[in-house]
Amino acid sequence: MTDDWRPTATLETLRERARLLAGVRAFFAARGVLEVETPVLGHGGSTEVHLASLSAEATTPAGRERLWLQTSPEFAMKRLLAAGSGPIFQLARSFRDGEVGRRHNLEFTLLEWYRPGLGLEALIEESAALVSSVLGREPGDETRPLRRRRYRELFREHLAIDPFSAPLAELRRLAGEVGGLGMADSDRDDCLDLLMSLAIEPRLGRDGLEVVVDYPASQAALARHHRDPEDGEWVASRFELYLEGLELANGYDELTDAAEQAARFEQDNTARRAMGLPEVDVDVRLLAALEHGMPEGSGVALGLDRLIQLALGKSSVAEVMAFATPHC
Amino acid sequence: MANYSTNEFKGGLKVMLDGDPCSIVENELVKPGKGQAFNRVKLRNLMTGRVLEHTFKSGDSLEAADVVELEMEYLYTDGDMWYFMKTDGSFEQYAVDKKALGDTEKWLKEQVPYTVTLWNDNVINVTPPNFIELEVVETDPGLKGDTAQGGTKPATLSSGAVVRVPLFINEGEVLKVDTRSGEYVSRA
Repeated sequence: MTDDWRPTATLETLRERARLLAGVRAFFAARGVLEVETPVLGHGGSTEVHLASLSAEATTPAGRERLWLQTSPEFAMKRLLAAGSGPIFQLARSFRDGEVGRRHNLEFTLLEWYRPGLGLEALIEESAALVSSVLGREPGDETRPLRRRRYRELFREHLAIDPFSAPLAELRRLAGEVGGLGMADSDRDDCLDLLMSLAIEPRLGRDGLEVVVDYPASQAALARHHRDPEDGEWVASRFELYLEGLELANGYDELTDAAEQAARFEQDNTARRAMGLPEVDVDVRLLAALEHGMPEGSGVALGLDRLIQLALGKSSVAEVMAFATPHC
Repeated sequence: MANYSTNEFKGGLKVMLDGDPCSIVENELVKPGKGQAFNRVKLRNLMTGRVLEHTFKSGDSLEAADVVELEMEYLYTDGDMWYFMKTDGSFEQYAVDKKALGDTEKWLKEQVPYTVTLWNDNVINVTPPNFIELEVVETDPGLKGDTAQGGTKPATLSSGAVVRVPLFINEGEVLKVDTRSGEYVSRA
């Protein structure tokens, strides 16, 4: 007799989870943000090289076709924005192949929302307010104020290196040393990601919510870019929220350029071919929507399971899910 | 031997790392949203017993280690080597050197089953049962009527181990001892 039919979360946790979800919906209702639901299966998928998509064979009026399980609801939500939806949010079940662990589950809930006409600063404030409300704290709690850190400043502080100007050889050496593995053929962003994940992230958000801004432009091709006031280096209009060493949310001042988006899809699939990875069908309807015109604005995706994990003081996402992947 | 990819790593899996057999203790996926995935893995080196942490790119693989754990009874020692026999009825014997035996040397008793770890059919580790019953061969005389009082004294057991025992224990008595902590549990 095995016990693995049982939920990975306690029933008490599931009740708490339901209460927190109701709180999220109330938060957005009070701010006039519309809840939407978009398809989990789409004709296009994410082409991102480091995201592995799952797909399914389906019979539709078009015959047998391959549909992609969405890695985030981004594309469909942007089509709604282009259609004039105004501000929208979604509690979206998302799927990423191979991502199972203490902080990951094959399918998970992204809380994603878009704010046409709103700048990145205002969205950072709103994201912090949402996190505080789920954690049961007052926004702007004076004892744990939102701390703002620049990407470059973090690397200087924790690793004594400038992530923008350090030579690639130096980044590879440091990443190899920190990770204890060969990074000799890794590119800049892979080295920076490893250093961020292993040496910096675990220390972030230990004293309340921390927001990291001014990422290298290469790490957010679809965010707007602006020049760093210090030295004129291009940085991305992107932010990430961290709490208790966990990456919680990723926000962008969204690029609305259809040609740029199309080029990025093509670039990704070229890189996929070169790496021997399967190509992913491009969301041509997103491109058409951008061509039509999407309002300027910002958007953010937040890992809701992780936030609930922190709110309830659990040590893994499995403990806040009815049936985590190993028991699904 | 087969290879295991990082996504197959789980607690207890035996793999080769830098020429030594290791047992995976913990495997944690580290992945920035859209960045490359890594696995932060804790492994116990089965030769040294040390736990080390190692990072792998997700999808990397390690060769499987031919490691098996078997139950064997202790037979005897000739002074250089210690001899154990499989309990599966095959009567197959294995010689164990001092290095592989390690601290288990002081918990040896004939006909008791031990967990023996083999790598490529060589013994690399011997683990005693959690509890073992051994005779006291040397201790100060017992104090009658002192059973309720605290206080302990050292006692040497037939296997050579020295443990702290209550004052009322006498030579010749058989004791139950916890081999993990080296502590007296009760009279057997």
